[in-house]
Amino acid sequence: MTGASSGIGQGCALMAAQMGAKVIVCGRNEERLKETISQLPGEGHSTFVGELTDQSIIEKLVAETPSLDGVVFSAGISMTAPFTFSTREKFDKVFDVNFFSPIEILRLLVKKKKLVNGASVVFISSVGGNFGFSVGNGIYGASKAALNSMSRLCSLELAPKKIRVNSVCPGMVVTPLVEGFSENITQEAIQKDMDFYPLKRYGKPEDIAGGVVYLLSDAASWVTGQAICIDGGITAY
Amino acid sequence: MKSLDEFVVLFAEQLDETDPSSVTAQTKFRELDEWSSLLALSLISMIDEEFDVALKGDDVKNSETIEDVYNIVVSKI
Repeated sequence: MTGASSGIGQGCALMAAQMGAKVIVCGRNEERLKETISQLPGEGHSTFVGELTDQSIIEKLVAETPSLDGVVFSAGISMTAPFTFSTREKFDKVFDVNFFSPIEILRLLVKKKKLVNGASVVFISSVGGNFGFSVGNGIYGASKAALNSMSRLCSLELAPKKIRVNSVCPGMVVTPLVEGFSENITQEAIQKDMDFYPLKRYGKPEDIAGGVVYLLSDAASWVTGQAICIDGGITAY
Repeated sequence: MKSLDEFVVLFAEQLDETDPSSVTAQTKFRELDEWSSLLALSLISMIDEEFDVALKGDDVKNSETIEDVYNIVVSKI
């Protein structure tokens, strides 16, 4: 579970542990990871601290990882910039975290045979980029669209190993990441946006974790190559 | 550090429909016909690029004139 020290990743770690999983929580902040672990029911959880955009850290993570039944890629960053301010530098910063890091971790996990037959891979993506578009979110959306694209591709290439690969596409979920978006807009605009959701609220990490745990579980054993929107109905319009 | 006059020019460059020569430090920018959430984001991005200052949406909302925005930028440098 990457990005497990806050937000959706933390919510996923909690729900997976409640369902009996032994979780390896990965993130940059040791203190927050330990806090996450302390909230998890059950035994046998562990932490991995490191900057997962760094190739040597990725290799270390994969080398230290035991056989896995499931992987959840939840680490991500946000970026707001209108198109004319969308420089290569900003694209690189977002793509390094949101796209290249999870794809490289998965590539090495598969190559080093760390995923068991029947394993489930879940990418935390977004409705932005494939299902919904809002001005100023081009870089973030493109990184998530790229992730959805590779997720689907991997579902085909890993199917012979019986590894399932799906992405979950949340609408706005109240997390530290979304606070990054909302710094650029007013409270009034946030309220208006929230009212636009058919279910009249933003999501909570557990709303997303429910879908993720489903995809990890055998209940989803015939589900692969999907991008599942969990979004309070926003993409139903 | 760029002057207020230079800031007004940078601001006017973000606009599409408003005559740049009509834009002054005292322009109430949120009353411009073409003002939009995209322009607010462009303003924030321009300030980040030119001044290395991170403005918040509420900083823009609580400003009346272009000079008000400039003063917030100056206070955050």
